[in-house]
Amino acid sequence: MKTKIIAAIGTALAIAFGGGAASAGPTLNAVKQKGFVQCGVNTGLPGFSNPDSQGNWTGLDVDVCRAVAAAIFGDAKAVRFTPLSAQQRFTALQSGEIDILSRNTTWTLTRDTSLGLNFAPTTFYDGQGFMVPKALGVKSATELNGATVCVQPGTTTELNLADYFRAKGMQFNPVVIESFDEVNAAFFAGRCDVYTTDASGMASIRSTLAANPDDYIILPELISKEPLGPAVRHGDDEFFDIVKWAVYASIEAEEKGISSANVDEMVKSQDPTVQRLLGSNPGMGQALGLDEKWAYNIVKLVGNYGEIFERNVGVKTSLKLERGPNGLWTNGGLMYAPPIR
Amino acid sequence: MPANKAPRGSLINDPAARAIFFQILVLGGVLLLGWYLVSNVMENLARQNIATGFSFLDREASFAIGESMIAYSPANSYSQALLVGFLNTIKVAVLGIILATVLGTIIGIARLSSNFLVAKLASAYVEVIRNIPVLLQLFFWYAVIGESLPGPREALNPLPGVFLSNRGMRVPALGDDPIWVWVGVAFLVAVVAVWFVARWARKRQEATGQQFHTVLASIGILVALPLLAWLLGGAPTALDIPALQGFNFRGGTSVSPEFAALLLGLVVYTASFIAEIVRSGIRSVNWGQTEAASALGLHRGTVLRLVVLPQALRIIVPPTTSQYLNLTKNSSLAVAIGYPDLVSVANTTLNQTGQAIEAVSIMMAVYLTISLGISLFMNWYNKRIALVER
Ligand SMILES: N[C@@H](CCC(=O)N[C@@H](CS)C(=O)NCC(=O)O)C(=O)O
Repeated sequence: MKTKIIAAIGTALAIAFGGGAASAGPTLNAVKQKGFVQCGVNTGLPGFSNPDSQGNWTGLDVDVCRAVAAAIFGDAKAVRFTPLSAQQRFTALQSGEIDILSRNTTWTLTRDTSLGLNFAPTTFYDGQGFMVPKALGVKSATELNGATVCVQPGTTTELNLADYFRAKGMQFNPVVIESFDEVNAAFFAGRCDVYTTDASGMASIRSTLAANPDDYIILPELISKEPLGPAVRHGDDEFFDIVKWAVYASIEAEEKGISSANVDEMVKSQDPTVQRLLGSNPGMGQALGLDEKWAYNIVKLVGNYGEIFERNVGVKTSLKLERGPNGLWTNGGLMYAPPIR
Repeated sequence: MPANKAPRGSLINDPAARAIFFQILVLGGVLLLGWYLVSNVMENLARQNIATGFSFLDREASFAIGESMIAYSPANSYSQALLVGFLNTIKVAVLGIILATVLGTIIGIARLSSNFLVAKLASAYVEVIRNIPVLLQLFFWYAVIGESLPGPREALNPLPGVFLSNRGMRVPALGDDPIWVWVGVAFLVAVVAVWFVARWARKRQEATGQQFHTVLASIGILVALPLLAWLLGGAPTALDIPALQGFNFRGGTSVSPEFAALLLGLVVYTASFIAEIVRSGIRSVNWGQTEAASALGLHRGTVLRLVVLPQALRIIVPPTTSQYLNLTKNSSLAVAIGYPDLVSVANTTLNQTGQAIEAVSIMMAVYLTISLGISLFMNWYNKRIALVER
């Protein structure tokens, strides 16, 4: 669309004229100066990032940005959100329009290298799934030969889809639409037999957008690994460290049993690891260039990882997702924070 | 050189020398700015570790494209994918320009009709359509096609072998027979023959005043030659008829809803502008010309064709050229409704490779080339139809 070309040209201009500061330099200073974190999110995927009628954003990806803001400013509201389509997101980050990209973005080698990004730890382990109308009678992805598939461009989804059908020697006909609203409308109007995206997104779309969620089923196969997490610009290690450890702090807090409800008690804990995390024993904050209360603020204002998960996408929400691979490593999941010391 | 040239003063006072000096200064400034931009780009990209260069074009694209005029699979390169997008853009632009011209001319003439209803309908069309943004119209047509047609299993079947569903329109295709190529060749030969016949007929009329039924003869040639080729080839009748198989129809050829909506939207929108241009062009020809021609006893159609149109076209062609350019550029709105045009494919390439500057340059270069091509052609045509003063 024209707006996107303009955005891309804008990036080109920003890269052409912009000095180091605008594009790569000390992001933390710039963020402190403007007083908020500019965070790129989804245009509206309930559970991950979704604005309510007052324009307040909620969701797991949103909370990651709030955690960073809490760590830097002690204020989880010091965030401004920029809704981005899959195609706009990387140019927005590269050009300095946003400070963090937290928009169910899959960590891949190309993105980490050629696109000039750095990925902070994964906040949601996902895989790509297929959704079909129940009336088609399809039970497995292996029956999809010849199907018409709705997909968004500029995603890993688009590539995995082609890979999967190629590997299986099956044919498909893609309908590739950039706007989230348009692609959803096309699928629910019957333009496609199949809708494919990250399984978590799929659950969100099915539960919030289908006229009757029970008319659609999600096929059992997951065809890819989609580690979703926040990304920052390559070349600013200081800011990268902050985002990375903000995520780890929320995971570590859950492991140590620290939650927004009991964090004021836990400050008095005798456990040295808890003392270091919450800043009652200083040093960690200084190492990151932040206040010693950085992790305390994350847990107090946003919550630990478990709270963030359950509040936004857990079994009590309309998405009804189990922790599964997103459980703590101590519970057989993949969430594991390196030592905070 | 004029003889009374001012006496040679210092170089600073010489206007010619001054002009050259400032031109060199400006050129130098532009070059310096260009060099600064390029080196700054390279430096910033390198610092952010963003890949540069065009070597990505040879790498495997690994994404699928919905419709293509040439063979394409995800195993092909990015350059092949971009070529697919380019051809899709050309396809919709060429068809759009032809159809918009036809529709626009009809509506423009209808607006001048002495029939009240026809004239009012035509002006209502123009006023409504050209005041609604074309992007909204594309969404509208796409929604109309998507929502009003049934799924493939309940497809409408208005004519035998023709199926209409929300997957698009499927029509029978010619069977796989080498003779169809020869039928095509025969048609091209017929077109050339018609051109010669028309020239001969004109020359003869100029020389002798005798008229010839050029139109009837042309139709005859255009039908007869391909028919002859087909008969000589054994008159094959096998057709590739679409049939429902699994999820969708197989066989035949298809028109996708995305293409149909885009073409419809562009044609309907651009025709409203062309209609106004045609109307003002015809209006610009003095009524006295028509009266004089009628007084000579020419038919209404002949008056229009020989007297009014040649004069009107001088007014019509230049602004119509910019409408053609607009249509071509507006075709980039295709991404909004999922038609895989150049912008759509280039955007995906941009996103998967991260090479924004390269992808945007490719897009700009291609649109610039297409636009210049249209302008050159229309300038040539404009010169050709310009009134020759006698
Ligand atoms: N994880 C994949 C796909 C991410 C993605 O864009 N998913 C879609 C479908 S769930 C989405 O979030 N669309 C919402 C939007 O465009 O705002 C990636 O990083 O490429």
